[in-house]
Amino acid sequence: MTHANELTITQARDALSAGDLSATELTQACLDAMAAARDLNAFITETPELALQRAAQSDARIARGESLGGLEGIPVAVKDLFGTQGVLTTAASHILDGFIPRYESTVTENLLNAGSVMTGKTNLDEFAMGSANVTSYYGPVKNPWKRDDGKDRVPGGSSGGSAAAVAAHLSLAAIGTDTGGSIRQPASFCGIVGMKPTYGRCSRWGVVAFASSLDQAGPLTKTVRDAAILLQGMAGHDVKDSTSAPMAVPDFEAAITGDVRGLRVGIPREYQIDGSPAEIDAIWQKGADMFRDAGAEIVDISLPHTKYALPTYYIVAPAEASSNLSRYDGVRYGLRIDGDSLDQMYENTRGEGFGDEVKRRVLIGAYVLSAGYYDAYYVKAQQVRSRIAEDFKTAFQKVDVILTPTAPSTAFAIGEKMDDPIAMYMNDVFTVPASMAGLPCMSVPGGLGDDGLPLGLHLITKPFDEETLFRAGDVLEKQANFTARPNSGGAGR
Amino acid sequence: MSLDTTTVRKIAVLARIRIEDEKLPALADDLNNIIGWVEQLSEVDTDGIAPMTSVAEMTMPFREDRVTDGDDAERVLANAPDKSPPYFTVPKVVE
Repeated sequence: MTHANELTITQARDALSAGDLSATELTQACLDAMAAARDLNAFITETPELALQRAAQSDARIARGESLGGLEGIPVAVKDLFGTQGVLTTAASHILDGFIPRYESTVTENLLNAGSVMTGKTNLDEFAMGSANVTSYYGPVKNPWKRDDGKDRVPGGSSGGSAAAVAAHLSLAAIGTDTGGSIRQPASFCGIVGMKPTYGRCSRWGVVAFASSLDQAGPLTKTVRDAAILLQGMAGHDVKDSTSAPMAVPDFEAAITGDVRGLRVGIPREYQIDGSPAEIDAIWQKGADMFRDAGAEIVDISLPHTKYALPTYYIVAPAEASSNLSRYDGVRYGLRIDGDSLDQMYENTRGEGFGDEVKRRVLIGAYVLSAGYYDAYYVKAQQVRSRIAEDFKTAFQKVDVILTPTAPSTAFAIGEKMDDPIAMYMNDVFTVPASMAGLPCMSVPGGLGDDGLPLGLHLITKPFDEETLFRAGDVLEKQANFTARPNSGGAGR
Repeated sequence: MSLDTTTVRKIAVLARIRIEDEKLPALADDLNNIIGWVEQLSEVDTDGIAPMTSVAEMTMPFREDRVTDGDDAERVLANAPDKSPPYFTVPKVVE
């Protein structure tokens, strides 16, 4: 038998309910793998005692015939952006030094109530601002995938620790957050499935805020079916988040039928960008071919404002961040650096507590919101955002799902693109447009690039149509038959 | 529009972030590059387009105006780096 930590959620669920495996054995296998792979730096905080305690509770429920459902006893790693009661929560920032929440985020509470077992808090870019997990105060995460040059590669970001943990089988699954691509791009870089639900599907309550009109929690898993199972445990209306959708959550796993005959798959021509590597176009073409082979109809579409999505994002997201991050003042929690006056204390604390990328974004945000520039930048960006959303609305009159590449490259080496913020931002060129419109979307492993590293394919559907997303993603996954494994770092095998 | 170091200094004060003088020029360059890059949005025709205020097509929910939690100073103060229960403490702000 394979090691228990290498199972999918689906396989583990069956083994647990058949009594072939206990939640404690499963959790221990993940904890062992996690401890053996510390070199990856995927976790900021490991919570083995808590995990074993919850696994034992899970085993007791299973023994009593009171299983809580599909996530009962399933180990899940949690991005360290979710507030977890009694467990250090850092957002990978120095400014949250020692912060131990007295509350549990709604999403992690939902997962607890569904019986899942948190194994630890995963590393990320500081305040989820980054595309390579290199801005963490706790150091970069290494991608378990390597190529022949032997260099350590980034796992993508910002949910880089979560993606690396799943790819290296340190956990059966993980949760992350996605503001402009922070689940999907690392999923592409690490050869796993990463899904961002519709804005409002998961509660943002208790999650450290970055850009509130964009932030959304979602699953990072080994398979599309696992993503459906995990999202089921996360989603739902929450009165504590006024933007949470007051809608029933459908049975996501039941939507996976294996049948996409007649499904209209849109190929947006504007995603063909100048200077894009041939391997990106090739994987995209392969995705379209796979859908066609499965009986779907391929439709050429146009999303005319695609190229403006990324610059729009870099006005809207920093503006919201500068407002959200004003709460870090050295008074109520975290780091405090004293000063002679209150203002000096604020300036010292924030000067010391924020890293360079966070400072850049807060300053850009403060600038575009400042008197005299508000209309020229912020209002203009929100108008362009309306046009981007219109583009999608028009396209979805003709198609059911949109297919694009997830990322413009495979994982690059740690240290690259560090001196050029805009080059780093370009990582999210394909993922940001759907974020701007709040649409559900998912990256599914499509194959390997010329360098032997994974490349994802990206699917987008209409608001709250996660069911079509899972159905299409599952077929794509089966067609792609991605069986390659990371060639370094992974433990427990 | 170009941000000189004086402007960057001013924004940093507004954002309450201390920036060392020697780091200002490089930071101004970074910010200028980013602002210069986002200015391509001026190409987009947005005449008569309403700015997006929410991606979700839903109205803001209302609830009854009553207290739902509070009176929990211990929990609120638990993570304070400096406190004098039941208060947070800050450097003196009145003369």
